[in-house]
Order: sequence, then C-alpha cells, then structure tokens
Amino acid sequence: MSAQKITIEPVTRIEGHAKVTIHLNDGGGVERAYLHINEFRGFEKFCEGRLYFEMPVITPRICGICPVSHHLASAKACDELAGSPPPRPATILRELMHMGQVIQSHGMHFFELAGPDLLLGFDADPAVRNVVGLIQANPALALKAVRLRKFGQEIIKTLGGRKVHPNFAIPGGVNKALQPAERDAILAGVDEAIDTIRLGLSIMKDWAEKHQEDIQRFAVFPTGYFGLITPEGSLELYDGECRLIDSRGQRLEQFAGRRYLDYIAEHVEDWSYLKFPYYKKMGWPNGVYRVGPLGRLNVAEKVDTPLASEEFRLFKNLNGGKPVENTLYYHYARLIETLFAAERVKVLLDDPDILSTDILNTRKEFKGEGVGVIEAPRGTLFHHYWADENGQLQRVNLIVATGHNNWAMSHAVDSVAKTYFQPGNLNEGFLNRVEAAVRAYDPCLSCSTHALGQMPLVVEVVDQAGAVVASLRRDGR
Amino acid sequence: MSKPKVSTDWLAACAGCHMSLLDMDERIVNLVEAVDIRATPITDLKEPDESGVDVGVLTGAVNTTTNEEVAHRMRKRCKILVALGDCAVFGGVIAMRNFFPLEDSLRRAYVETESTDAEGKIPRSPELGAPTRVRALNEVVKVDVHVPGCPPDADVIYYVLTELAQGRMPELKNDKLHWH
Repeated sequence: MSAQKITIEPVTRIEGHAKVTIHLNDGGGVERAYLHINEFRGFEKFCEGRLYFEMPVITPRICGICPVSHHLASAKACDELAGSPPPRPATILRELMHMGQVIQSHGMHFFELAGPDLLLGFDADPAVRNVVGLIQANPALALKAVRLRKFGQEIIKTLGGRKVHPNFAIPGGVNKALQPAERDAILAGVDEAIDTIRLGLSIMKDWAEKHQEDIQRFAVFPTGYFGLITPEGSLELYDGECRLIDSRGQRLEQFAGRRYLDYIAEHVEDWSYLKFPYYKKMGWPNGVYRVGPLGRLNVAEKVDTPLASEEFRLFKNLNGGKPVENTLYYHYARLIETLFAAERVKVLLDDPDILSTDILNTRKEFKGEGVGVIEAPRGTLFHHYWADENGQLQRVNLIVATGHNNWAMSHAVDSVAKTYFQPGNLNEGFLNRVEAAVRAYDPCLSCSTHALGQMPLVVEVVDQAGAVVASLRRDGR
Repeated sequence: MSKPKVSTDWLAACAGCHMSLLDMDERIVNLVEAVDIRATPITDLKEPDESGVDVGVLTGAVNTTTNEEVAHRMRKRCKILVALGDCAVFGGVIAMRNFFPLEDSLRRAYVETESTDAEGKIPRSPELGAPTRVRALNEVVKVDVHVPGCPPDADVIYYVLTELAQGRMPELKNDKLHWH
C-alpha cells in the first residue's frame, strides 16, 4: 500500500488563497496535514523609496477587509517617525473608526463567513452552506447581519469618506473633525447593533451547548497567547502594551510595541508564503502563541464595558480561569469583542473631546524611525518604517495579524484531519471540517502575505507515484 | 427562464472589491433574486461551473502562476468577463513591485526583513504558485467589461451586475466612473 495525499484547494469563506494537503501513511491514517498559503505580493520591498506619509494610503491595500487596521497602524508608525504625537481628540476619533471596523469585520465573519457552518451545519450541502443559503433559509437573520456590518462600515465612511480604503489618519492626527449630526446618526444605530450582536451570542452559546463534543475534540491544544492590554490589564484594541502569557496563563512578557524585535522572530517554511512568528526566548517551534479574539481574551484580566464584561466572566469560566484552548471558541471570543466594540462606540461618542477640532499636531521632531502597533480584528499588527532625512523610506518591516496564528492554523488543520479522518470514507463534511479549522481563525491571507497573498477545494488522493487514486471536488460540476 | 449564473474569484487582491460588493447592503437580497450566485470566495463552491456561467468577475492583478490558471479557467467558463477594480484593470498598487527585480522582493520578505530569523529562505515548494511579473487581467486574457476604482463603489458594482443580469452591457460614465 502506497502513501497518499489529499489536497483541498481552495479553502473558501476565508480571506485570501490557501490550500490544504493531507498526507496519508501506509496504514491509511493521516501522517500530517499542511496549510499552504499561496500568494506573495511584496509590500516590504516596493514601499522602499516612497515618502513615509504615503504609507497610510498605500498599506490599506494590503487588506480590504481590515484596511482601517493598516491605515491606523501606519499612521501610528508615522506619528513616531515624524515625532508628532496626535492630540487626544484625534486619538479617540481614530479609535472610533477602529471600533467601526471591528464591528464590521467580526460581524461579517460570524454571520456571513463562518456562521453558515454553525447555522446550517458542517455537513450541509456546499451549494447552500454560505451567506446566500442563509439569506434563503433565514432572511430576517441575514438582514440583521447585513445591517450590523453596515453599521460598522458607516462609521468608517462618516470619518474617512468611504467604506473601503478610507482616508482619515495622517501623521500627527486626523484630517477631519466629527460633526454633531454625524455623532447623533451613529449613536442612533448603536442599540440595534448591540441587539444583533447579543442575538449572535445566544446563537453561539446555544450551538456550543448542543455541540460540546465537537468543541472538545476540534483542534484543542496548548500555546502561548498574545495581545494588547490597557495599563490596568483590560482588553484593549487600539493602543497599549503587548502581553505574552504561556499555555498555563503565566505572564512571560509585557513590553512596549516598539521593542517587538527583542521578543518576536519569524520562521520560514518552504511550503508556505506566510511566515511563522514565535517568541524568541523559547525559540521555534516551542515559542508559538495565538493572537486574535481568543488570544486577547486569554491575556486580558477584565473588560471595561458592562455587557461585554458579563460575557467575559462566562468565557473565563470555560476553563476555570486558565486559558481557553478550544479553536471553536474563537467564534465566541470574537462575538464578545464585537459587543465590546459596540459599547465602546457609545463611550467614545459620549466623550467631551469627540467633537473637538483640535485634531492635528502640526509640530514635528523628525526621528526617522517609527513602529505602529494595533489590534487588528485578527490579531496584533506591527508596521515598522525607517526613513532618511528627506522622509524617503529606506526599509519597511511588517508583521501581520494572521501571521502570528500561522502555526496554530497549520496545527489545527493537522489535528482536525487526524481526529475526523475515516479511512475509506472521504466525504464532504470531513473536508469542510478541515476548512473550518482554518476558518475559525478568520485568517486574512491578503494581509498575511502582504509579503506576496490568496485562498480557494479539490481533494485528491494521490499515490506515491503521483497518480490520482480518488478525488473529491467542491465546485459547480 | 433560468437566472443568469455569476461566479467571482480573486487573484492578487486585497479583498476590498468583494467587500465593496457586500457594501450594497440590503440590495444583496435583490441581487440574489436576480442572479444565481455560483462559486465565489465567500461561498463554498470552489470553481466556476464546468458547464459555464454567464458572468465571471475577477478582482486583483495576475502575479503568480496560480493566478494565471484561475484567470484562464474563468475566461474559458464564462461568457462575459468583468475585470473589477484597479488591480484587475491596471495592475494596481502591487504593480509597484515591477520596479524591483522579483528576487529582491522575495529576498526582502523571506530573508532580509529584520524580524525574520537566521534560517530565512524563499519558499519554493511545488505546492505554491511561482511569482511572476505583476500584470493587469487583460494582459493575460480577453476582458469584456472594465470597472476601475480602488475599490469601485457598491452602487457601481450593483449597477454592473444587474445590467449584465438583464442582458445589457453596462455603460460606465459620469458618476459611475471613478478612479480613486
């Protein structure tokens, strides 16, 4: 009996281009599964020679789902590089835009990308297991989901002129103040958004109760966890120190983002265009950690808004106060963060500084180097620029949210393939579970392969000589 | 009469054009009524139907051998091919890469970047598509409709798709044509 290989290409309902190969051993079991990220773009090279202040406009083109993260991380790097810290009103306006993005990105992921697996079932017909099927199966819910995403996108448009690739943050601040009528219009929509998020939470918790077996079998493994926190140790998405904890929840490090190179390094594998960040002191691969909603809630000690704080307590109880390791609980953590973001919108809009016109620091003490760090929806994002005295970029380094989860996604794929594979019974539901392991991390592969980025499924069983023994595809045939 | 079939895919793209498509918000329900949405990155079918679709939409530039395969397959299987967004129409922001030798871009990303460890190497596994020069879609396959914008507005995308669904060629001018 010869060794065989199964290929899933493309992985769908994720952002970007990926494929999975599952290598079978002689006994017909799974030897190892790989997640290949198949796209390279090259931002770190072709931004060389640009003027630093162009970067908040260029780098959002890394990702159209979270352009605001790149826009803001870039602006923060430029603030530092130009020696021009923004006044407080500009900072909270940027955070407001960021909350709009967290709501639209997280909301879309739960209801429109991953949600169909939960709402329609992992084994549902792939022709309907998607947002279109959801519109047909439950139009009222689908419409609520559409409106939630719209709420977040409208915040972005109000501030930055458009929903995708807005233009708002500039070195030293922002280019537009918020008008009272605009504030009132956003406020008018918050309660409906919160209702929809809470509906999502009840769907998630109901699903979790009925599918405990899946939750406990599906890619549960220890790693470190990483994310920003406030000085008081609360969940933070816009600005704070980086905290890294180990798999038991003990704190390993807490540091200012600009010192990231002392703590994080990236490993390269020949079979993926996406690099693998790890904690330097523990080395590769012992120093792997997870970011994004699960990472952030695991590192945080509390959440500062009332409704999200209540949910956070329930989340912390899932594993008796220890880090939650279940990949499928990413969905739960993501919704808790969405709730936090919506409540945070209210807090920011009620802030006396939110309508201030003191939005730009025009003084500069040019430093020539800057690091910008933010919690993008998918995890911690680093932009690092070096410019000459004319402001022309000499070097650019980017570590993007999804990258930090690369090892975890690959391991989750391997784990799920081994757990659910039944020799001789290659079926669609199995393939979709493998994909769902990737999907839970909500990867943004355009982001992560800024370096060069892409994701679409064909499964082939190939013998050692490379001949196709059996194949299963998910397309229109 | 059966509904026209529409399939979409992304090449070297940021997903912003697909996000702008979703920005048609509630009108997505009308769109689902007007057309049969087949394989797209946000649904679960993997490839456009082998029996063909009426409208194929591609976003992103062509910058790997995998992109080339996807572009040729879509062209072969669709009657009308739409290049959606600046990357598909012109090459877009990532075409800036053409100013540098490809090996330099790869070496910067996987070997020289400050955070990459000492074992950095350029990924060359045959499982991955090989990078190429960055090209607009019409440098690789024949394109029937060009829709610029980074991304094109949701209103424009809705107009283009509903016109095509009704068998008309969309006319892009005035407020429907923008370049930002």
